Amino acid sequence: MIPSASLLDFLARGEWVAEAAPWPRVVLDRPGWQALLKRLEAPGWELISEWAEAAAVHVALRDAADGAVAIASLPCPDGYFPSLAAVRPGALRLERAIRDLWGLEPEGLDDPRPWLDHGRWGCRAPLAPTPQPPLPDPLPYPFLPAEGEGLHQIPVGPVHAGVIEPGHFRFHAQGEAVVRLEARLGYTHKGIAALATGQSLTAAARLAGRISGDATVAYALAFARAAEAACGEVVPPRAHSLRALFAELERLAGHLLDIGGIANDAAFAILLAQTMILRERILETNLDLFGHRLLMDRVVPGGVSEDLPPEATARLRDLLDGLGPALARIRYLYENTPSLSDRTQGTGILSPALAHRFGAGGVIGRASGRSHDARQSPGYPPYERLDLTVPMLLKGDVDARVMVRFAEAAESLRLIGRILLELPSGPVRAALPARAGEGFALVESFRGEVALWLRLDESGRIAGFHAHDPSWFQWPLLEATIEGNIVADFPLCNKSFNCSYSGHDQ
Amino acid sequence: MIPPVARLMLRSLLAGPVTRRDLLPPDPAQATELALALAHTVRRRLGRSLAIRAVDAGSCNGCELEIHAATGPVYDLERFGLHFVASPRHADVLLVTGPVTTNMAEALRRTYEAMPAPKWVVALGDCGRDGGCFAGSYAVLGGVSAVLPVDLTIPGCPPEPQAILGGLLALLK
Repeated sequence: MIPSASLLDFLARGEWVAEAAPWPRVVLDRPGWQALLKRLEAPGWELISEWAEAAAVHVALRDAADGAVAIASLPCPDGYFPSLAAVRPGALRLERAIRDLWGLEPEGLDDPRPWLDHGRWGCRAPLAPTPQPPLPDPLPYPFLPAEGEGLHQIPVGPVHAGVIEPGHFRFHAQGEAVVRLEARLGYTHKGIAALATGQSLTAAARLAGRISGDATVAYALAFARAAEAACGEVVPPRAHSLRALFAELERLAGHLLDIGGIANDAAFAILLAQTMILRERILETNLDLFGHRLLMDRVVPGGVSEDLPPEATARLRDLLDGLGPALARIRYLYENTPSLSDRTQGTGILSPALAHRFGAGGVIGRASGRSHDARQSPGYPPYERLDLTVPMLLKGDVDARVMVRFAEAAESLRLIGRILLELPSGPVRAALPARAGEGFALVESFRGEVALWLRLDESGRIAGFHAHDPSWFQWPLLEATIEGNIVADFPLCNKSFNCSYSGHDQ
Repeated sequence: MIPPVARLMLRSLLAGPVTRRDLLPPDPAQATELALALAHTVRRRLGRSLAIRAVDAGSCNGCELEIHAATGPVYDLERFGLHFVASPRHADVLLVTGPVTTNMAEALRRTYEAMPAPKWVVALGDCGRDGGCFAGSYAVLGGVSAVLPVDLTIPGCPPEPQAILGGLLALLK
C-alpha cells in the first residue's frame, strides 16, 4: 500500500524552522527520521540532495505528486544518523561524502570506503568543528569485485587521453564486453564549502560560479536565488528575463558542444566542427555584448551585473536567425548518416526504472522517461510565462540523449526570441540587505537540476553552504548503462552523459 | 540523392573559411624575458612543432572549454604546428589547468616525470597561476608552481582562446 499523506503533511510533526525560505525546513527527532526512512521505501518522494553541518544532517525532498519541496533535518550530536542509502540508492555516495567531510557516521551504510577523501588532505573531517588528524597511511581503495573466467581489469585515469577532467574508471571486462565499471572520483575536490563559509555574498557568488565552469550561469543563478530567498528580497522583473537569457545561451552552447562531442566520439568529426562553429558564434556574441565568453559573474545576488548594451537586441536576433537553420541542418545530417546512427542507436541504454530510482535529472533523465525540469517544477521566473516545452523520450540510448539535446537547443532558441520580445523595462539589480536567513534554490542547468542551500549570519556573510550538482545521480547510472556494452563504446556513452567532475567533487 | 554530409561540405566550401586570421600578436606583457629566452631554446630544439599534453589538476572545467575552443575550427591551433597528444611520452609541453588539488598532485607529478626532456610547463588560467579563488583551501596546494617548475603562465578566468594561442605561440617565436 502506498501511504497517501503528502510530504508536507508528514513533516507537520516536526519543528518548522522560521527563517527557512522559500520552502520549509523541518527538524525531525530520531523517531521522525526513522519514520521518514520507512516512508521512503515507497516511491513518490524524490531525493534532491543530502548534506550535513557540524551536528546535523539535512535531506531535501520533493513530493512528485504535488511538486512540494522541503528539507528535513536531524540533529546528530552523537555523530550518527540513520542512512537513507538503502531506500534511496542515490544517497549512497552523498553519505560517504558526509562521512568524509563532516565526520558524521551514516548508520547502516554498507560501504565503508571513503569517497572524496583520498587520504591526502592533511586532516580528516575538514568541515567538522574539530577536524581529526590524518591516518598514517592512505587507506587502500578496494574496487567492487567481479569474478569469472577470463575477466581482466582495465584501469583508466585519473589523467585521461583527451582534454577532459580527471577521474578514475575501473573496468572489469571479459574480452570486449564490460562486466562492471566503477568510477572513483574526488580528484578535483577543492573544498568549496569551506572556502565559501565566512565570505561575503559577492565573494561567495564568485566561488559558486566556479563550481562547474560549463554551468557557471546556472550555479550563479542558484546562488543568487538562494541568497535572495534568505534575505527576503525581490528581484526586478527585467533581471529575471536577463538571467533567463544568459541561462538559455549557456544551455544552447553546452548542448551544441555535447552533440558535436558525441558525434566526434563516434568518429564523425565534421559534426563537431560544425557545432563548434555555432558555439563560437554564441561565445563571441557573449563577449561582445556582456564582456565574458562563458558569462561568468554576470548573474549576481540581487539581479545581473549590467544591463544590455543598446545594440544587444539586434545582435542577438542576428545570432538566432543564423543558428536556427544551421541547427536544423546539423540535426538533418545527424539523423541521416547511417554510420553514425549505427553507433548511437541501441548503445548505452539507461532504463526508465533506473532513472527514476536514482532520480536522475537533466538530459539523461529526460531521455529515459523522467521528464523533470526545474524550470517547470518548482519553476522560477520568467519561465511561467514563456510556455516552456520539455522534451521526453523513453528509449534511453545514446541516440535518445542526442535527440533530447537537439530538442532542447531548439527550445532555447525559441525561448531567447521570446525573452527578447517581452523584455520588461526597469532596473536590473536590487540591493540586498545584510541580514540573517536561510535560502534554498533549484535551477535547471544544461546538465540537470542544480540545488544550492545557504545560511547567512547577521552580517550577511555565509554561515552554511551546500551546492549539489546533478552529476551526483548521473555518475552511478553511467556505470549501469555501460554494462554489457563494449569497452570501445565507453567514450561514446560517457560523452552522452557528460557528467561534471568538478561539480561533483567540489 | 546527395548525401547530407556532401551537401554540408559543399556549403562549407562555398561559404569560405571560418578560421580567424586576425589573431592578436602575443601580449608583450606576457612574453616576459623568461618566455623570450625560452622561445629561443624551444625554437632551436623543436623547430616549429610543439606537442602538448593537457592535464586538469583540479580546474572548474572552464579552462578546458577554452582549450577546446582553441583547437576548434575558428582558432585552429594546429595550423601553427601546435597539437595535443594523448600520452605524456610524446609531449614537449605540459599544459596544466586549475589549482593543484591535494588529490591530483601525485598524478600531475607522475605525468611530468613520464615526459622526456627537454620539457616545459605552462600554467593556464588564474587558478594555475596561484590557485585563484581556491587558494588557501585544505584541499588545494596552490598554483602549478607549488608542484612543478613553471616556465610560462597564461592568466585569465578562463583565458580566451586568443590568449591561449598567443601564450603558446610565444614559445615558438
